[in-house]
Formats: sequence, C-alpha cells, structure tokens
Amino acid sequence: MMAQIKEDKLNLGARKFNMWIFIFTSFMLFAAFSSGFIVYSGGNGHGLNVILPHAFMYSTLVLVISSVTLFISSRAAKQLQFEKQRRFLWITFFLGIAFFAVQIYAWYILAYKMGIYFINPNASRSFIYVFSGVHLLHVFAGLLVLLNTIRATYRNTPQVMNLFKMEMASIFWHFLDIIWIYLYVFLLLNQY
Amino acid sequence: MSTLAVHDHGVLHHEEGHEHHHKATFLNTYVFSQDHKYIAKQFLVTGITMAFIAMTLSILFRIQLAYPDKSFPLLETLLGRFAPGGRLSPDFYMSLVTIHGTIMVFFVLTAGLSGTFANLLIPLQVGARDMASPFVNMLSYWFFLAASIIMLSSFFVEKGPASGGWTIYPPLSALPKAMPGSAEGMTLWLISMVCFIGSSLMGGINYVSTVLNMRTKGMDLWKMPLSTWALFLTAILGVLSFPVLVAGVVLLIFDRSFGTSFYLSDIVLNGKVQPYEGGSPILFQHLFWFLGHPEVYIVIMPAMGISSEVLSVNSRKPIFGYHAMVYSLIGITVLSFIVWGHHMFVTGMNPFLGGVFMITTLIIAVPSAVKTFNWLATLWRGNIRFTSAMLFAIGMVSFFISGGLTGIFLGNAALDINLHDTYFVVAHFHLVMGSAAIFGMLAGVYHWFPKLFRRMMDERLGYLHFWITFIGAYLVFFPMHFMGLDGVPRRYYALTEFPAFNRWLTVNTFITWAAIMSGVAQVAFIFNFVYSIFWGKKTVQNPWKSNTLEWTAPIEHFHGNWVGEIPTVYRWPYDYSKPGAEDDFIPQTVPFSQTMSSNLPHDFEDNPAGLEEYNKWTTANKANEEVK
Repeated sequence: MMAQIKEDKLNLGARKFNMWIFIFTSFMLFAAFSSGFIVYSGGNGHGLNVILPHAFMYSTLVLVISSVTLFISSRAAKQLQFEKQRRFLWITFFLGIAFFAVQIYAWYILAYKMGIYFINPNASRSFIYVFSGVHLLHVFAGLLVLLNTIRATYRNTPQVMNLFKMEMASIFWHFLDIIWIYLYVFLLLNQY
Repeated sequence: MSTLAVHDHGVLHHEEGHEHHHKATFLNTYVFSQDHKYIAKQFLVTGITMAFIAMTLSILFRIQLAYPDKSFPLLETLLGRFAPGGRLSPDFYMSLVTIHGTIMVFFVLTAGLSGTFANLLIPLQVGARDMASPFVNMLSYWFFLAASIIMLSSFFVEKGPASGGWTIYPPLSALPKAMPGSAEGMTLWLISMVCFIGSSLMGGINYVSTVLNMRTKGMDLWKMPLSTWALFLTAILGVLSFPVLVAGVVLLIFDRSFGTSFYLSDIVLNGKVQPYEGGSPILFQHLFWFLGHPEVYIVIMPAMGISSEVLSVNSRKPIFGYHAMVYSLIGITVLSFIVWGHHMFVTGMNPFLGGVFMITTLIIAVPSAVKTFNWLATLWRGNIRFTSAMLFAIGMVSFFISGGLTGIFLGNAALDINLHDTYFVVAHFHLVMGSAAIFGMLAGVYHWFPKLFRRMMDERLGYLHFWITFIGAYLVFFPMHFMGLDGVPRRYYALTEFPAFNRWLTVNTFITWAAIMSGVAQVAFIFNFVYSIFWGKKTVQNPWKSNTLEWTAPIEHFHGNWVGEIPTVYRWPYDYSKPGAEDDFIPQTVPFSQTMSSNLPHDFEDNPAGLEEYNKWTTANKANEEVK
C-alpha cells in the first residue's frame, strides 16, 4: 500500500506541467509590462527615442549561446554521458552569469554614457530598466535552477530524476531566452 | 519503481531520502503539513479569522455613518488616536473602508474560499493522493499567512493603514505625502499584496496541474463535479490575471519609492510643484482592472460551483444542464478578460471603446443567466432536504439574482456615468459578489464540514445563522440602491455635511443596526464551528448520500486519502433519483454493470460494447415481462 501511494506521489509529469503553467504566468507578467508600455507611449506622445546600447546585442548573443549549450547538455544526459552533461551545465551557468554582467554593463552605458536614467520624466525610458530588471530577476531564479541541476549531477541521482531536473531547467532557461528576445525586439521596434 | 533503474546506489539513497522525508513529526503534521486536507483547514481557519476582522472594521465605519456627529468614549478607549474624542478620525475612516475591502476581496473570498475548497476538494474529487506539488502547496499557505499578518500589522504603524480605497489608485497611493494612509501603511499594503499574489499563483498552478494530470482512472473532464470545474477555471483565471497586478504594483512601487513617473504627472503637493512628468494614472487603472475584473469572478465562481453541487445533492436531482453549466463557466472565464473597461467609463475613455466594453459586459449576463435558470430548474420539483448548506446555497442563488440584475444597469455606459461611485455600486457588488460568494463559502463549510473535521455541525444553529444573516444582508444592502439612485456618493466620511444627503441619515442608521444584527448572527456560526470541531456529532462516511468521490475516502484522515488503490470512476457525479435505481443516489464508483435496472441508452454514448449489453438486457427483460 505504501509503495502504491509513493508511486502516485512522485507524479513527475504533473510537476513538469507546473513549470509550464508558471511560464504562462511569467509570460503574462511581461505581456502586462509591454502592454503598459504601449498604453503609456501611445497615450502621451512620449516615445522611447533612444538608440539602445550595443551591449544588449552582445547579451542576447550570450543568452542564445547558453541555450545551445544547455541543449547539448540535455542531449548528453539522455545519452548517459554524464561528464559531458555536467561540463556543459557549468558552461551554461557561467554564460548565464556573463549575461547578467553584460546586462548590468548595458545599464551602466545607458545611465552614465547616455544619460538615460531610470528616474526619468519620460517613463518609456524607465521601462527599459523595468523590462531588463524583471527579466534579470528571472535569470537569477534560472541560475538557481541550474545550480540545483548541477548539484544533482554530483550526487547519486537516479537517471529519471536527473532527466527530470534537466528538463525542468531546460524549459525554464529556454523560456528566459525567448522572453528576452521578445523584450529586446519589442524595444527595438519601439526605438523611435 | 521503474524510475530507479540506472544507478545502483541511487536506489538506496532515494529510498532513504523518502523514508526520512515522510517521518511524521509534530511540526510536519500540525504546522508545516503538506497534506492538502490539512492545508485546507489552515486556509479555512485563517480565512474565517480575517473575515471576522474585516466584518468588525465594517461595523466600525457603519457606526460613523449612522452617528456622524456623536461621540462614543468607548471608541477612543479601544482605538486611541484613531478615534480622538470618541469619533473616528476621517483618515482612519478611509483606512477602515480600504482594509475592509482588501481583506474581504482578497484574503477572505479569494484565499479563504479558493484556498480552502480547491485544496480540500480538487484532490479528493478527481481521485488524487495529493496536489501535483505538495511542497509548493504548503508554501502557498505560508505566503498567505505572511500576507495576512503584514496587512494587519499596518494598523500598528504611526500613520495608520493604507487608505486610498482597495483599488489603490495613484496619484493618491503613489505619493507617500498625499495622505497619512499613503505613507508606511501603503508600503505594507503593497508588500502584503506581493506575498498574497505569490501565494495565489503557487496555489493556482497546483490546482490547474492537479486537475489536468492527476485524475483517477475513468475520471474524464466530463465526469468531474461542477465544484471541481469551477475551482479549476477559477485557478486558470487567477494564474492569467494576477501577474498583471504584479506588473501594476511593481510600477507603483517604483513611483512611490524611486521617483519614476509611470503614473504621475503635473502634481502639486502642499503648494509645491513635484518633479513628476508625463505619467498616466489611467495606465494603473488598466493594469489594476485587468486583474480586478477577473478577480470578481475568481470570487464568485467557486461559490457557483459549490452551490451547484450542494443544490443537486440536496434536491436529490441531477444538476439541470450539466454541460450548459460547464460551458457557461468557461464562457464567464473567457469573457471576464475583456470587460475590465466597464470600471473606467468615467476616465475619459473613448465612447466607442466604452461601447465595446459595454457590449462584452452585457454578453456576460448570458452565461450568468444560464447558470441561474439551471439552479432554479434543479430545485424545481426536487425532493428538497433543507440542510443548513442547502439554505446557504439557495441564499447564494437569491443574492446572485438580485445583485446581478443591477449589474445590467451598471454595465451600460450611459447609466454608469450617473451611478458611478455612488451607493448603487456598493449595493450591487456587495450583493452579487460579497453576499453571494460568502453564502457559497458558508454552504461549502456546512456541507463539507464532516469531510474536514469528521464531525457534523449543529443544524438548528445553522438555520438561525442562515435566516438572520440572509435577512440582515438584504436589509443592509437593499436600501443602498435608493441612496445611490439619489446620487449619494460612496466613501464619504460624514454625509450630514451635505444638505442634499441629510435626509439619508435615518436610512444609514437603519442599515447600521441591520449590519450589527447580521454581525451578531455570526457568533452563532463561530460557536457552532468551534464547538462542532471538538464536540460535534460524529459523522458517517457519506452523511449527505452524495455521489462524488470524496465521500468514498475513509473518515479518518491520512496523507494519501485512500487506503490501497484509488477508486475507479464509471459515471458522472449527478445520478440522483435515477428511475429504476435501488437508492436515490448512485456513487461515481458504481459501474453500470451493477445498475442494469436503471441504465439508460444515453449512458452508453461512447461505449458501443456497453450499449450492446444494455440492449441485450432490455430485450431479455422485455421477454420476461411478456411471460409474466
């Protein structure tokens, strides 16, 4: 009887589904911010009028590469190449940190080189910081998820749990990638 | 466990981990429990406590409205600086209104209602051992408790709690110096709300996932009871709309504490021009009401689901129009996202856009009416048992009708411009979502009390509670319609200051005494509730002779719900008084092969083999009849 109950409690599929719903909620958050932007800039004639710093392009590139490395790691895990899996997880993790750093650098350029401050009478410009800041919060959470997955590779984790953790991390990390591209393109389209 | 195949050591480790994890200690059984039934009780008790606090607040401001110029020394003793000279201060009056609304809408009718019944009913009614992620489910409760404590703690800061109304519109809420309540009280309100949204999302994600992934064998979506359907769709609404409030709140926090101007523009404060430029307070209203409108359906839909279930069980009849009920719930869910503009008709909205919102708003009356007619048709010629739960469910239908009708008035842009922010609105939403939802919740408490606490509540006290509350709520809210039609504005501190509204003072006094009467009636409930938890009559396994799956679980609670295998489901949950059946109810776990005499051809719509058996049986039976 206990075994039966235990098996029912593992329900990995349902937990993976939780992640998908979480992604929906997260998407709604960014959708709300971007529609806020549209309402704001449409209602007041306050456009963005900023040429976004190149740093954002580099950070986008870093993030896309990290998605690729995570994919490689995932495939390695499925093929039971655990060393390779761990190596590429670490690479992904450091690329994530690099992304974090480049975003902060982009803020530095925006504020100190271009004079586009967060506290700005034109709130369209404050929105750049809101978009990237809230996204960075998500990236921070993503880094924690990656760490948790890496930790599991140092322990005797059953392969099913290993794959499950890999999959959870992948769903989340690729989502972070896609949502950043969405935000970046959104800002680019509204540059003028 | 096939999951443990790869690493040999992994097996051992994993098993050990599991054993360790499930050792029952006092802490993980009674405090940080991950059992959905226990979490439901935690939500219920916290929700009821918050409801009593919010009700007390409302009686305090009702006293002010009834006796605006009188001083009550007792108030000063109790409230100190909030009631100098025994009369509520205007700022504190605004705080009371604000916190009453916030607690009732979010803490009682969202977390208290959804939190309790989604936790209790979803796993039990779909046949699951627990939620998809019990740990996250537990976190959901603790975030809710933290949010409640933070919200209440704002009564202890120097300048008092938030006081800009529960909708916290900027600029009032965005400028800490605009009024006392916008200082630390507002900050605490925002922190509390962020915790609350966290709680709500964690809960909602679990509810959706559990319904979609963890149903027992045979339980397809069209065999789910309406209570589960309603809680499921409510969770979807919450998951999609609460993040939008987060966005609005985050921008508001930036405006308050960092000096951005998302919502602020052209502000002059105490004669000084403020540096904010270009912000749009209307943007906040859009973000707020994009959550705010679905929120009222988050409040009412669980009450609808619970009432459908209770009405059907106690009428001993199948719910009328089960599919129509589900489709109307889905319709409400979808439509609720495109009606938010009707809260903003007077913001200078483009009249054409207002027209669009008006049409969508009026369309939502259709699914609501479908539900109402179906409830009435369920009652029609039923074999009604007037249990306390049944009375409250009928009360819910009554409030939903009388409050819903005025919604059609308010949904019209042309009428709303007159009625906006008057007592007419107060009357409307207190009936349709306040009273109706609280009655749905109480129906649920009385109905599932045996499942929650393994004992029965006292019926006679239940009747007393019902009648006084029912009559009291109508006496409180019905006169407000007339005040609103006369143009009396809501949220005013002392209407006697305005000669035009002076004549409503007697009505206000009457309303206050009605409110005090209904408040006192709640003592009957709380006594009944607490007494029955400890000393109530012990329940049998299926006290209401109900079909749904939760009553097949043993009376004793343990983490995992069913001993051995989870029962399989064969039929929909509403086979009450089926012609030809032995009893007037057939639980969902009884296969058709055991009820040959009551089967009907449409029971076998997707089941050709079953239909063949059925035809064979009927022809054989007919032959027997002829022989006789």
